[in-house]
Amino acid sequence: MSLLEITDLTVDFDTEDGLVQAVRGISLELGEGEILALCGESGCGKSVTAMSVPRLLPPDTTRLSGSVKLDGRELTTLPESRMRQIRGKDVSVVFQEPMTSLNPSFTVGYQITEVLRRHEGLSRRAARDRAVELLELVGIPLPARRIKEYPHQLSGGMRQRVMIAIAVACSPRVLIADEPTTALDVTIQAGVLDVFRDLRDRLGTAVILITHDLGVVADIADRAVVMYAGRAVEQAPVTELFARPRHPYTLGLMNALPSAAVNGRLAEIPGMVPSPLTDPDECAFQARCTRAQDDCRRKRPQLEPQQPDDHLAACFHPGGQS
Amino acid sequence: MVWFILRRAGSAVIVLFLASILIFLGIRALPGDPAVVMAGEEASPAMVEAIRHEFGLDKPLLAQYVDYVGQTLSGNLGRSTQDQLPVADILAERLPVTLELSALALLVAIVVGLGAGIVAAMKRGRLPDYVATGFGLAGLSVPHFWLGLLGILLFAVTLRWLPASGYVPFTQDPGQNLQRMILPALVLGTGFAAILMRQTRSAMLGALSADYVRTARSKGLSEAKVVGAHALRNSLTTVVTVLGLQLGALISGAVVTEQIFVIPGFGKLTVDAVLTRNYPVIQAVVLITVIGYVLVNLLVDIAYAFLNPRIRLSGGGHG
Repeated sequence: MSLLEITDLTVDFDTEDGLVQAVRGISLELGEGEILALCGESGCGKSVTAMSVPRLLPPDTTRLSGSVKLDGRELTTLPESRMRQIRGKDVSVVFQEPMTSLNPSFTVGYQITEVLRRHEGLSRRAARDRAVELLELVGIPLPARRIKEYPHQLSGGMRQRVMIAIAVACSPRVLIADEPTTALDVTIQAGVLDVFRDLRDRLGTAVILITHDLGVVADIADRAVVMYAGRAVEQAPVTELFARPRHPYTLGLMNALPSAAVNGRLAEIPGMVPSPLTDPDECAFQARCTRAQDDCRRKRPQLEPQQPDDHLAACFHPGGQS
Repeated sequence: MVWFILRRAGSAVIVLFLASILIFLGIRALPGDPAVVMAGEEASPAMVEAIRHEFGLDKPLLAQYVDYVGQTLSGNLGRSTQDQLPVADILAERLPVTLELSALALLVAIVVGLGAGIVAAMKRGRLPDYVATGFGLAGLSVPHFWLGLLGILLFAVTLRWLPASGYVPFTQDPGQNLQRMILPALVLGTGFAAILMRQTRSAMLGALSADYVRTARSKGLSEAKVVGAHALRNSLTTVVTVLGLQLGALISGAVVTEQIFVIPGFGKLTVDAVLTRNYPVIQAVVLITVIGYVLVNLLVDIAYAFLNPRIRLSGGGHG
């Protein structure tokens, strides 16, 4: 049994323009200690998919169906009070914006000890000592001094490390990292990724890494799910995915990566993402796809095993056959 | 932090100094010669001259100002022209009444305004929000005198729960005192509560959608902690600003409220002094009001620093 099992998850949002279909039926599994990348461009539903695990989507406007199981326990129907015991303890989150995700009015130490006192029932003093250890773990120098400081006294990379310290404070089973390196300088990105790798090795934490950066995926992830318009279009172990990308969208993403060897313009994917308001029975990518044929416009391709069979793709005309 | 407070206190002293010059010159700029007025209509020029000399009015303006400041600092605010009582004694009697009224009104405003603002923000777009904003708009629009009369009509005349007016010192009978103060405090606090509610609501709405609140939720904290600690703490700057600005309005509100409920406070003293052209009292009243404003602003600045680590730690100005 997998640590985390998402089955047939759909998420719609009530908006003034109508029902926005953010996630349109996605299933995925996460094993213990696994680093799974969820990739795709903005609006493809990768963040929404991940945030529905700790149920951090706005409750008033979110309509969710499907199943999310952690250790076999269904989370979607759990009472809010039970869910609060899981958030920050079994499932924790590192958000995209290190500059605004910490509370400016509280010290770094308070914001770390808060979660320790909530879930581990530590005394003030024990929580403090643990906070210092955690800051050291995420690679912050002079941790004993840093815990007395406020977020505005820290750089962006430092703040992101503090966020990570908060997220791993209670040794979570699943850590969700939403674009954790996007807002950071390239030089700091590698350090933050190292922290994740280190945590996985030391604590066995499974990580869902949300990113649109395939470089990050190649660097750290074990397995990747490529999402497009609310659905998974390709899923494979990372080395396999990069060796033989099957879905034309994945291929497009890879070709759009800047490379030092190639001069000139980046290869972009032509066209636009389809509307999230309607969902015709066709391949969502067909309008932008160079391989599209009549069958792509008549029916939606399902995610199916390719060669080898842990490589899944939703395409009638997959490429990269070896 | 100490340096910050000292700097703020220093600028407060400068403001007080400038204000004292304005008050001094303002009184001197009034039409009519005070010596002539005091001497009476049938006085000889020699008598007028004697009075002028006695009160130091023949000295140069600068010397007069130095005298004025010296006297004021030593607690001598002159005598009321009405009953010849020392103005300092009158203030000592009237000021506590208004301070009590203002404190109670402030309490009403904070409890009702802050509470309703927080609830409205949490239940945005739902019934509690509409009720709070509706009452807020009404509370903001209704003038004190009308609300006061309505309150007297309902609670004193129809229901007979509370006395209509009058004042009993707290030291004499606390129960009677509170019974008579509760309605004026409610009337004076209503507008204040309404403003505070609206500002708290919008500040809390901003805070509740902030990223750090999402972080707090992701930690599994209770809603009470998320709202009461994380969101509220960052809204308090707004609340303190509004409190500071509105405490001034509280003084003018007290003038009207004390008039309606016949409370012998600072506000009523001001009105009576103006009506009888009691210059020493007016001068003192203006001075006390200025001191009140300056003190409140100083407290607001210090509160800012406490609430915002950025100000506290840099020791600098706002920002």
